[in-house]
Amino acid sequence: MKIVGLSGSRLGSKTRTAMNFTLQSVTEKYPDAEVSLIDLADYDIQFSDGRSYLEYEGDTGFVTKTIMEADAIIIGTPIFQASIPATLKNIFDLLPVNAFRDKVVSMLITAGSPKHYLIAEQQLKPILAYMKAQIVQTYVFIEEKDFHRKEIINDDVRFRIERLVEDTVVLTETYTKIREAKEAEYDF
Amino acid sequence: MEKYRIDRSKGLEFGLYTLGDHLPDPNTGKRISAEQRIHEIIDLAKLADQAGIDFFSVGESHQDYFATQAHSVVLAAIAQATSKIKIASSSTIISTSDPVRVYEDFATIDLISKGRAEIIAGRASRIGLFDLLGYNIRDYEELFEEKFELLLKINEEEVVDWSGQFRAPLNNARVLPRPQKGSMPIWRAVGGHAASAIKAGFAGVPMFLATLGGPASSFKQTITAYREAAQRNGFVPAELPISTAGFFYVAETTQQAQRETYPYINEGMQVTNGRGYPKQHFAQGADKRDVMNIGSPQEVIEKILYQHELFGHQRYIGQMDFGGVPYEKLMNNIELIGTEVLPAIKKYTAKK
Repeated sequence: MKIVGLSGSRLGSKTRTAMNFTLQSVTEKYPDAEVSLIDLADYDIQFSDGRSYLEYEGDTGFVTKTIMEADAIIIGTPIFQASIPATLKNIFDLLPVNAFRDKVVSMLITAGSPKHYLIAEQQLKPILAYMKAQIVQTYVFIEEKDFHRKEIINDDVRFRIERLVEDTVVLTETYTKIREAKEAEYDF
Repeated sequence: MEKYRIDRSKGLEFGLYTLGDHLPDPNTGKRISAEQRIHEIIDLAKLADQAGIDFFSVGESHQDYFATQAHSVVLAAIAQATSKIKIASSSTIISTSDPVRVYEDFATIDLISKGRAEIIAGRASRIGLFDLLGYNIRDYEELFEEKFELLLKINEEEVVDWSGQFRAPLNNARVLPRPQKGSMPIWRAVGGHAASAIKAGFAGVPMFLATLGGPASSFKQTITAYREAAQRNGFVPAELPISTAGFFYVAETTQQAQRETYPYINEGMQVTNGRGYPKQHFAQGADKRDVMNIGSPQEVIEKILYQHELFGHQRYIGQMDFGGVPYEKLMNNIELIGTEVLPAIKKYTAKK
């Protein structure tokens, strides 16, 4: 199982801190999983110009291809101006229609204010659904006060992340099994 | 229809097309040489000609995993090797070519083939050629519209006066040689979107509609939009031919046809488009109401006739070689087309 963590902004440290913890939790619990992290702060990604993702070169090509090869994607993102960051939206724009078909996608959100809680529900999930993702419905919402000097200090957040990881892997395994069984019936 | 060399009394025309893809056979992992692939395409056109198939066309894609970038050169070889079959491009990306050169090439192919050549002009679904040939992808639409207009003008007028944004002006220019009958059929290639069909209808240009998969009824909407646009702009829709193009494959049973062709379509799309063909959609493709003509000869005949009833189109062309399908399989298909599919289609669609 290929799991890609996608940290969706170029600014700040909370999302990256939470993603580090998340992927560490994946590695500890599921040592067989192939895990990688794409932190958009580490890459120089161009804006989508409408071409096929296979035709992008450099960092853009690497990131789009890595995402397209994943079985599961854990998206970590802050909230900017009451929405997802443009850097993350650009990744979606770079990918083809139905890019997340047969992929599981789960989310963790970091935000400065609890007022942003429903933004993932109302803005991120519809995009993932349109792109045909199997969505892990419950996401982890983490606030500023849950962090201290690049560490998560709230055990409740740690527990919730551990459950998110488990849900991501369980849904991926289950969905893969169901799909394989269904496809075996087609007999072609 | 005469202008487009369509004889309605003969019923629905049946043709084959290839994108000229050059992919490894997913069952063996091996890929034949480009030389062999090009020869097999020429040989396939010869067999199609002998089997009485009406039409054969070759496309251009300028990127990895394709072998007929110089599709007009391949078509010239086919013109020489065949005697009755109509030949065309599917499609010529007019946006990144000089319409004058394209017309010179295809008029020459028309003369070599003694009046059998046609041009299908498209906008490109794979856009690698914009970089390769030095065009800006931002001009995608305007490049096509301007150059397509010029191509049509050259076809209609022996002496051309023209000026535009993407090419030097033509003053009293004669584009030679002329095709055998002075002009030749030129079609507009249209993808799934009705918007492009409406443009074709508005210009009163014959339409080639790609229909890879999905319910026939949804493509009917595009066809209706095309005819309505033509009517609105003063053209007679009944005088404008329509052709559809999509996946085709026949084997003894539908199940065998699906089994033999799925890996090629799935892996081929994975490599060229970056997404495979979902099994669930492919399974639905066997339904009579789906445009995908993959199945037993009887099933496929029924589907083509159903589509003909729905669309009222003049030509259907099938793509059966995508994804590295071995040549023997293609030969089997031609055999079944010649002995079963073609006679049935003609029998039921020819005007008595």
